[in-house]
Amino acid sequence: MKLTGKQTWQFENPLFVHSSGTAVGPKEAEGPLGQLFDIKHKELHCGEDNWELAERRLMEQAIEQCLKKGNKTSDDVDLFLAGDLLNQNVTSNYVARHLQVPFLCMFGACSTSMETVALGSALVDGGFANTVLASTSSHNATAERQFRFPTEYGGQKPDTATFTVSGSGAVLINKEVSNIKITSATIGQVADLGIADPFDMGSAMAPAAADTITQHLKDLNRTPDDYDMIITGDLSGVGSPIVKELLKQEGYDVHNKHNDCGLMIYRPDQKVFAGGSGCACSAVVTYSHIFNELQSGNLSRVLVVATGALLSPTMIQQKETIPTIAHGVVFERTDRGADS
Amino acid sequence: MAKSKMKDDYKNQIKDFQPKPPYFLNCLKAFLIGGFICMVGQGIQNFYIEVFNFSEKDAGNPTAATLILLSAILTGLGIYDKLGQFAGAGSAVPITGFANSMTSAAMEHRSEGIVLGVATNMFKLAGSVIVFGVVAAYVVGIIRYLYGLAF
Repeated sequence: MKLTGKQTWQFENPLFVHSSGTAVGPKEAEGPLGQLFDIKHKELHCGEDNWELAERRLMEQAIEQCLKKGNKTSDDVDLFLAGDLLNQNVTSNYVARHLQVPFLCMFGACSTSMETVALGSALVDGGFANTVLASTSSHNATAERQFRFPTEYGGQKPDTATFTVSGSGAVLINKEVSNIKITSATIGQVADLGIADPFDMGSAMAPAAADTITQHLKDLNRTPDDYDMIITGDLSGVGSPIVKELLKQEGYDVHNKHNDCGLMIYRPDQKVFAGGSGCACSAVVTYSHIFNELQSGNLSRVLVVATGALLSPTMIQQKETIPTIAHGVVFERTDRGADS
Repeated sequence: MAKSKMKDDYKNQIKDFQPKPPYFLNCLKAFLIGGFICMVGQGIQNFYIEVFNFSEKDAGNPTAATLILLSAILTGLGIYDKLGQFAGAGSAVPITGFANSMTSAAMEHRSEGIVLGVATNMFKLAGSVIVFGVVAAYVVGIIRYLYGLAF
């Protein structure tokens, strides 16, 4: 059965994470997960002339590493799914220009990582592609420019603000057996409980994450105990306790299961306000740290829920609130016993 | 059962989870840094009066120009935005804050060229200050004129 319950896809064929690649900027490299990333830049420009080119370079390098580690070339890729935060998804489009493989561009703000993995898995499962490459990126300076103020502008941000991760993650999905299996995905619906403050996206996105996690557990008739870890994308220090509280009210206790990529990627003393955010936040943490832990057997089943604030500065100026969304994907160790 | 209690009144229910802005500390920091910038300005003005024999009135313009130059340099060196995060209004309100908003916008849009990038976007943030400054000056000017006619 593919569609299970209301919003969850259970894949019929065994699907695997063939390989993954990550590239990050200097602050992420200094963080607690720093040594796990494939490419680490010492400077935010990443050797390029402007910020947009820097972000493009991050995505190109993440893809390069992913293909290299998986012993594949772009000729082996049947479909490329990617998205980022910039207008017209420029990073993805320009990377796809040089990649020369069939391409579907996607936008789900910071939920794009799991959006691309979920759809890529479904397409491989359905036989529409044998190998799918999914990638996403964000860059602190391009995001600041597009959504907030010029990078050197001296405005004061509140402690609820988040710090956009500079980096990119890429993952190759196919049916060739590996240690990490993709078993199901839950597609979220847009949630908006009236938060309009772009400097408090954790509060805005927590209900979307809670919705998707609740629906996922209901659809599969599972409890949080069926997972070693439930991680959210970028709820940060503000949204994380809120999502735990929201889930508690739905009858699910995730206190010892939940973590947030935005809190894992930086140390609290790195001056990142409430934590990390951006498309790359969930991507680089999942495609490096979480995959490593699954490989080594420290984790055996993880639900990754990437959270996205579908924010538009124009809409905020027109006094609209922030719609948010969250998509979840389950990654399992291949040698994990039959489904309970 | 108190189901979905939090969701029903979300905006108020989440207040306990949000860190409170340290208003008093922010005011104090803004006061100290803002005051310090003004003190530097006074020092520069005294310098022009003492060294170049400007009158107090004539020293005003070169003082403002010097502060603008200092702010632009600090913005270019990546220091002013850190000062701004620390001081808030203290570094935003003086003329240095105005210079920072122009310089930062100009730097940000350098990649789109001199004319359409730098020149077009330079007043992106500062433009509203100029508009309201002109409007306010106009209104105050009219009030002053009418006051002069009446008395």
